[in-house]
Amino acid sequence: MNWLGNWLGLGPDEWSAVRLSLQVSSVEMIVSLPFGIIAAMVLARGKFRGKSFLDGVIHLPLVLPPVVTGYLLLITFGRRAPVGAFLADHFGIVFAFRWTGAALACGIMGFPLMVRAIRLSVEAVDRRLESAAGTLGANPAWAFATVTLPLILPGVIAGMILSFARAMGEFGATITFVSNIPGETQTLPSAIYTFTQVPGGDAGALRLTLVSVIVSMAALVISEALARHVGRRLQTR
Amino acid sequence: MTLSVAVRRRLGAFDLDATFESEGRLTVLFGPSGSGKTSVVNLIAGLLKPDWGRIAVDGRVLVDTKAQISIPMHRRRIGYVFQDARLFPHLTVRQNLGYGRFFAPKTERKEDFAHVVDLLGIDHLLDRRPSLLSGGEKQRVAIGRALLSSPRLLLMDEPLAALDEARKAEIMPYLERLRDETKVPIVYVSHSIAEVARLATTIAVMAEGKVVACGAARDIVGRLDLMPPDERREAGAVLDMVVAEQDRHFGMTVLRSAAGDIRAVGLNYAIGSVHRVRIRARDVMLAVERPVGLSALNILSGTIAAIAPAGDHLIEVRLNCHGETIISRITRQSLETLALAVGREVFAVVKAVAFDEGTVSREERIET
Repeated sequence: MNWLGNWLGLGPDEWSAVRLSLQVSSVEMIVSLPFGIIAAMVLARGKFRGKSFLDGVIHLPLVLPPVVTGYLLLITFGRRAPVGAFLADHFGIVFAFRWTGAALACGIMGFPLMVRAIRLSVEAVDRRLESAAGTLGANPAWAFATVTLPLILPGVIAGMILSFARAMGEFGATITFVSNIPGETQTLPSAIYTFTQVPGGDAGALRLTLVSVIVSMAALVISEALARHVGRRLQTR
Repeated sequence: MTLSVAVRRRLGAFDLDATFESEGRLTVLFGPSGSGKTSVVNLIAGLLKPDWGRIAVDGRVLVDTKAQISIPMHRRRIGYVFQDARLFPHLTVRQNLGYGRFFAPKTERKEDFAHVVDLLGIDHLLDRRPSLLSGGEKQRVAIGRALLSSPRLLLMDEPLAALDEARKAEIMPYLERLRDETKVPIVYVSHSIAEVARLATTIAVMAEGKVVACGAARDIVGRLDLMPPDERREAGAVLDMVVAEQDRHFGMTVLRSAAGDIRAVGLNYAIGSVHRVRIRARDVMLAVERPVGLSALNILSGTIAAIAPAGDHLIEVRLNCHGETIISRITRQSLETLALAVGREVFAVVKAVAFDEGTVSREERIET
């Protein structure tokens, strides 16, 4: 992949920032997907006390200043913070000042966007199709896997792309939570920010900006193409 | 097959309290909209749970509130053809058909794919998506999908209600084949006498959440008092008749039964085949003497067995025609003018054009 960096005229540090951002965004997107689907199903279908509270909590990162979210993560998942210490001691999972922490921050920031997109498509699913699957012998898990999931696929794809794009651009929460360590937590936006803080960094900032635009455009084009492909299969009901 | 249902369920302000038993090949739940037919079917399928009661198919208990048994929907093995087909839009017709088959235990896959496809005439649709099918085609695929799950009982909730007359006529023969050529017992919801008279072997009549009558089709269809008001126009006696003659010159078919011969027009059936014929009460005129010089071709003699009011100024007269029942609907004025009374000999007059594919069934091959 280094040829791509060379071709774009990126230096090793710049390339590592791009690669790190892609890695963080991909991991964040894939890991949060199951949670996003569960949250969307619960919010779309569930009837329980405290549903609007849960809805509020999930949407909080959308309205809070990203720095606040980052700080909250720091005092929850930091090395000496309660949850962070527990995870480090029992599972060896460390978030503080690691790229995994950047993925966590990005995942949480992108989560409301992912859930909203999936929830909309869950609400559009004709539940009577699921009862039809039930009468044909499918238990609820099978009915979900063979009927609901394929029908919400356009929403799932849209949610994944939104979450990915949000992660590519995430800055505030990430830099607050895991700082700006080149090669470990310096993502694309952090790298651009660093360039703008040093004299003569304009060219580097511009190169990375270009990469950012390309990646975002590619994500949009891919999601459009996928959505059109899936949509053609579903058309009308 | 024995289906026994005794359930109570409250649905909002509506109380369902249905009890009936049926051993028929095709049991019709018949009644006006809102009488609770669909709820009964949903209770059998497991889409609804009863507040109280028991449902068993061939002695296999599906739900019993007293014994705290309730088999979940997906393990009941009961096929369900919904009013609105409910085909899976993301699957092709072939995949839709295979869906229930996939979940049926291998040892119980009774229905053969090719046979069902042939029975329903859907082989040219297999690679299409449901969105490209007409209403009638969708419904045939839905029937095939339910059938291929090898159900122990097939429920059909007004499968023709969403279709226009031409589509209904297109599907009706398939339903008759289904009844006669597969071994799956069927429970069929309908509010249309035309469907009921052609398809039913047993009828359970529902009104306001209760089963008000249940019995053999022949006995129930003739009881106009049980029919919902807006369907009474279609009601009448149902007779099994044999094609005795085909008159090529006039294009007439002679249908024979104990009541006498009936001449019908435009029915292209084989001689000797048995058909279920519905003689609408409103199509039957009565005469106290054998009429002459009449264009109507069918004159049956009989004696008046019963006279009952059917609405404000209408009378339902039941005739015994050599053992068969014919029902006529006349005005109170005619009744009084002709001085009709029970026991009197009369002649029933029916126009040949009263018989068509809507009132004469396809060939019957069913033991009743």
